[in-house]
Amino acid sequence: METILSINNLTKKFGSITAVQDLSFSINKGNVYGILGPNGSGKSTTLGIVLNVVNKTSGDFSWFNGTVSTHNALKKVGAIIERPNFYPYMTAIQNLKLVCKIKGVDISKIEEKLKIVNLWDRRHSKFQTFSLGMKQRLAIASALLNDPEILILDEPTNGLDPQGIHQIRQIIKDIAAGGTTILLASHLLDEVEKVCSHVVVLRHGVKLYSGRVDEMISSHGFFELKCNDQETLVNYLNNNDVISKVKIEGDLITAFLNEPIDATTFNQMLFKENIALSHLVKRKESLEEQFLQLTDQQSN
Amino acid sequence: MIRLLQLELQKLLLSRVNKVLIFISFVLPFFILLLSSFKINFFGLFTFELGEMGVFNFPIIWHLTTFFASQFKFFFAIVVVSMIGNEYSNRTLKQNLIDGLSKREFILSKFYAIVFFSLISTLIIFLLTLAIGLYYSSYNEIGIIFRESEFILAYFVKLVGFFSLCLFFAMLLKRSAFALAFLFVLYIVEWISFGLIAWKSDMAFAEKIQNFFPLKSMYKLIDQPFQRLAMTKFPDKTEMAYDFAVHWHEVLIVLLWTFIFVFLSYKLLKKRDL
Repeated sequence: METILSINNLTKKFGSITAVQDLSFSINKGNVYGILGPNGSGKSTTLGIVLNVVNKTSGDFSWFNGTVSTHNALKKVGAIIERPNFYPYMTAIQNLKLVCKIKGVDISKIEEKLKIVNLWDRRHSKFQTFSLGMKQRLAIASALLNDPEILILDEPTNGLDPQGIHQIRQIIKDIAAGGTTILLASHLLDEVEKVCSHVVVLRHGVKLYSGRVDEMISSHGFFELKCNDQETLVNYLNNNDVISKVKIEGDLITAFLNEPIDATTFNQMLFKENIALSHLVKRKESLEEQFLQLTDQQSN
Repeated sequence: MIRLLQLELQKLLLSRVNKVLIFISFVLPFFILLLSSFKINFFGLFTFELGEMGVFNFPIIWHLTTFFASQFKFFFAIVVVSMIGNEYSNRTLKQNLIDGLSKREFILSKFYAIVFFSLISTLIIFLLTLAIGLYYSSYNEIGIIFRESEFILAYFVKLVGFFSLCLFFAMLLKRSAFALAFLFVLYIVEWISFGLIAWKSDMAFAEKIQNFFPLKSMYKLIDQPFQRLAMTKFPDKTEMAYDFAVHWHEVLIVLLWTFIFVFLSYKLLKKRDL
């Protein structure tokens, strides 16, 4: 598989603080990656380094197998960092023309990209008159100008209202569906869960996990159960090898699995024991639960 | 190079504030020069005409106009300082780099813009001086007309050097207002160190050293012309004579400073985390 970005033992120190420590991972073409981590875990610093605005302390990284210099590689990348940065006194179209000139692409792309983000009607308005949501959409249009090989988004929905968040997510989903590689940094887990296939989890600048989202925790999921005769059910579950842990919250019983078992088989097993369920759902941990579990494991 | 210059020109010329400042710094002095070359009639009492006083004679006119016009460089200094300050405050410097501009290209685009505007200013003043001079001057032999036209070169070098200094201060301090204040601080520091050297050794040595300071060396390129003007009226007062000419070593010192300022700006940007 074609590698777009590879990072090897990257370290960044700000004085005595280590923002990124010995980080290695690589980005392959066609996948949607998420970088997860709480605030201050080194996500933005890592992106800053590969985007040529922050100097690394040690380690190295290479774009497109190191065949081009960093600033030339960035011409094939679209990136939005934290908040949209444009010249306030220029109109949307003038700002995009400037970006075209930097990236060395033809200005004919501007119309198409502004239409994607629904800003074509406001193309002659000055940037300073835009709302935050519009500014963020202009930033996306700007990042798409060169039809990038990879789109890097750092907290793209930060500070937006629900409608704005929804618009941005929809645009990201559409872009991902078009086959563009995406690297999305966020502390909002459901955001990453909705669009990403792979994740890198960071905490205090250290990598905790990198790989597919669904392989993050070696877990077989859990059952949510309700039953009129709760005591019998709990007794049975506690003595069953298939179940690793039982949690009771009010009338809802959660049973975590040791080995893969489907809902039908499980229901049949219980029925043989004369336990009739009023509620049975099989679920996998959400990314948020997996993430908390992962960060808990590491701190213990 | 053309691409970098185009980039910078777009950034500069789409802003109204910059347009006004560029107009003031380059066009206004020439308008004043042009106006002063006209005959002004004071309510029929008497007519005032600078041209009649011999100030528009070749070759002294080269000295006079360049000295006068270079006083207006401060307005473009505001433009230079704010074009860096704004890139920092709008965080567009960061965005430019992310979009694929290299740090070297960024500094170069600023430097090219400085050279470009200095060149235009120099060209305008050359043509204007030539026109006013040809109109008023009592001499019109080619040899005399172009004698001392090296002041034009000095004017160009002076502008580029001064704006490079502004570029460096703006890169160093990131804020336009601080950078301008720092120009003033540098002026004071130069005089204090001049005073200290003069106090520790002697005046003549201090003056020699002073000629190497950035601001003083730029000033020395085109010395004040008033004594010289006075001399043309009283040629016998030789004690007023001073060295006003443009020397090649003065040009060299300023060019060296220009290189140092641009290079340091680049090193500074290279080292900095944005």
